[in-house]
Amino acid sequence: MTLDPNSVYAKITSELPGGDKLRTCLQCGMCGGSCPSGEDMDHTPRKLFAMIAAGQDREVLRSNTFWYCVSCYLCTVRCPQEIPITDIMYHLKHQAIEKGLYTTDAVDFSQTFVGLVENYGRAFEFGLATQFYLTHHPLGGLKMGPMALAMMSRGRLNLRPTRIKAIRQLKNILNRAKEIGAGS
Amino acid sequence: MKYAYYPGCSSESSASAYDVTSRTVASALGLEMEEIKDWNCCGATEYFSIDHLPAYSLIARNLALIDPQETPQVVAPCSACYVNLKKTDENMAKYGQLNADVNEALAAGNLSYVPGTVKTRHLLDVIVNDVDPDVMASKVVKPLTGLTLVPYYGCYIGRPEGSFDDVENPQTMDRLLEGLGATVPDYSLKSSCCGGHMTQIGTDVAMGILRRLIDLADRLGADAMVVPCPMCQLNLDVYQSYVNKAFGASYKMPIVYFTQMMGLAFGMDPAELRFEEGVVPVKSMLEKWRTPVSSTKKRKVRDKKALPMPQALPD
Ligand code: SF4
Ligand code: SF4
Repeated sequence: MTLDPNSVYAKITSELPGGDKLRTCLQCGMCGGSCPSGEDMDHTPRKLFAMIAAGQDREVLRSNTFWYCVSCYLCTVRCPQEIPITDIMYHLKHQAIEKGLYTTDAVDFSQTFVGLVENYGRAFEFGLATQFYLTHHPLGGLKMGPMALAMMSRGRLNLRPTRIKAIRQLKNILNRAKEIGAGS
Repeated sequence: MKYAYYPGCSSESSASAYDVTSRTVASALGLEMEEIKDWNCCGATEYFSIDHLPAYSLIARNLALIDPQETPQVVAPCSACYVNLKKTDENMAKYGQLNADVNEALAAGNLSYVPGTVKTRHLLDVIVNDVDPDVMASKVVKPLTGLTLVPYYGCYIGRPEGSFDDVENPQTMDRLLEGLGATVPDYSLKSSCCGGHMTQIGTDVAMGILRRLIDLADRLGADAMVVPCPMCQLNLDVYQSYVNKAFGASYKMPIVYFTQMMGLAFGMDPAELRFEEGVVPVKSMLEKWRTPVSSTKKRKVRDKKALPMPQALPD
């Protein structure tokens, strides 16, 4: 069988370190049964892997499964085939973003976070909260207000970001990594 | 031995109490920790979902900044940082292509890293396994006798693959807290996830997860839940009032770092241990700790009218 190199399956097995282990999935269901977010997912990880193998790429990338993944690694440590399931979940998020096939705030959250890290070298919780909520959830931001206030009054929210000294160096590293990732 | 220290971004804001008490307790135990100069964020659970190669490279820059001759081990107090550093080192060792790609990216910043040269350790691991038990015992001058403390490890201790503790039933913090004199119940949710970033993006999912954790601790009679991770602390503490609102509950469970409790037992001034940074007040726990426990516990006497207990027949 020749595999479309752009299929979800091919991308996982070729791009992700350890991703080729997906071929060995036994469909045993240990992953789904262990998952703390399992009940909120459209498909359990096990089912999603069956769909990936069957080439149902569109349904796979439209599933909420990986967006509900909290990266806890429980499935990964329990999988009898040592499949790096958590990493596959990360990679599916990446593929869904790449194809523009997502319907979730999680992407905005991750992108805001990463944007701040790329510019400062450090995460900046206050900037993250304000940017994320102001641009995406003006009302959600209000709901989160008491939390921010409680943290601020206890000195737990820095209002000023820290920028690392070698931010140029970090940017060069990240840009190079992106180029390599893009296959140049 | 001298360790490299990776504080992690939360040390600068939401978890400064953890950072401060980690440093204090470590120095009291004679552990020398040198902060990595100009370290950067580990990307938490966000960067990997955008793009894995920059995510690995971001993390690897921190490892590359360490001189393995001087400090062959790096200590992370935050479990998310710990997992990211450890995973990067191990995967670079395991996957040649990844190692080559990451090093090519690092070269753009005149850096390089040889996988396996710097070992990542969690602060909890170092404190419990590297410190001589006699030294530890000698520091406990105000034991936590009378306090019931639930050890909540969160999901990253021992993951993704085997490290210093069991992946599902870790014991390190149980032993530590018992050594400090506390009563430590068997808490079956000890390695369940705290919901991670779900409090920010999928609040309803997170609330259910958090309630389960707090409720069991409450039913076990905990005076506090003790954590080794800023993300767990933040979710359980800062969002506890949201959980109460969502479920019509009234939990008042203090969420403290194990380093704060060590400080207490070591006789440090509670005011210096930054307990007031917790959103849920710790006052009643501290009061209970200050009240001496009477040693003459009343024995339960059997009700005279009760049926006789079964007894073995004489030989
Ligand atoms: S636990 Fe592993 S082998 Fe079993 S269904 Fe999940 S991925 Fe497949
Ligand atoms: S890592 Fe993700 S998919 Fe696996 S058990 Fe945890 S939440 Fe579920």
